[in-house]
Amino acid sequence: MGKLLRRLRRYLRTAVQFCFTALTNGYAAGFARGTIWKGASKQFCVPGLNCYSCPGALGACPIGSFQAVLSDRNYHFAFYVAGFLLVVGALFGRFVCGWLCPFGLVQDLLHRIPFPLKRKKLPGDRWLKYLKYFILVGFVVVLPLTVLDIVGQGKPWFCKYICPSGTLFGGIPLLAANPGLRAALGWLFTWKAALLVVLLVLSLVVCRPFCRYLCPLGAIYGLFNPIAFQRFSIDHSRCTSCGACQKACPMDIPVHQHPNSPDCIRCGVCRGTCPQDAIYWTISRSRKKAQ
Amino acid sequence: MSVWKKYGAAMLLLGLGVAFLAFGVGRGEAEVVLRKAANLCMECIGLG
Repeated sequence: MGKLLRRLRRYLRTAVQFCFTALTNGYAAGFARGTIWKGASKQFCVPGLNCYSCPGALGACPIGSFQAVLSDRNYHFAFYVAGFLLVVGALFGRFVCGWLCPFGLVQDLLHRIPFPLKRKKLPGDRWLKYLKYFILVGFVVVLPLTVLDIVGQGKPWFCKYICPSGTLFGGIPLLAANPGLRAALGWLFTWKAALLVVLLVLSLVVCRPFCRYLCPLGAIYGLFNPIAFQRFSIDHSRCTSCGACQKACPMDIPVHQHPNSPDCIRCGVCRGTCPQDAIYWTISRSRKKAQ
Repeated sequence: MSVWKKYGAAMLLLGLGVAFLAFGVGRGEAEVVLRKAANLCMECIGLG
């Protein structure tokens, strides 16, 4: 029964990931025509890393939008997007990464493919995991704000040089359907495609290499993990510190010690694995007590 | 534990977020986002 519940929970997360990706990328005609949706819904951000140049995208990527406003010569701070990130972060933290991010879904699916060299983390993980904060500060904030062209406009440095989600969901489908764009291919696409391939291959080896080491959106949401409404608590009267949670955790987090680690993507595998049922959503337990 | 102690920080940040959102919309940032998102971003797809 317990095993069945665990399996159902795993499929539930995958189903939510698929549904949310389909819902926020529902402009199917864009894939056939090699164009993007231009409707008013694009002024609203979606919670995950979802390139607005994906042919199906109905909303805007918060990281791309943040850079777009910062790069605009009329603004020096993106209150609209920062406000959106504060609201989503305070409500859910990195739950968004585990359940609602399209690029997270791709990495999860790849990691399920059997591969002989599976690892919990890459060598240098201790330092590599701070790279996402460097990317957040450098490529998302400082460079778009300070490196300006002749008319005072910046550019989206993260989207341009790093974002693999834009290459996968935007670049590849658009180039496949639009011969005019293929004529403009150059070194930048080669670089971004190479980065994407490296990350996809690494996803076979470790769980979510992009989320773990590079994603600036995950870096932001991770900071909210300890205080978000949707967070974990440990029932210390039940926990025996057996370590089963860490063994099961795809991100290798000792959940019984750090239930709200900034690296936790809230996949919930630990909850299903804990033999003592000691890990719980703080908000659901308060509801139970109130009843 | 009181609700305020448990969720005080989240509530504060949520309130701050709503205020930021409203302020940003008020000064026209949503239009900047729409302008950028509704046009093909060449940088994002690796061509720009």
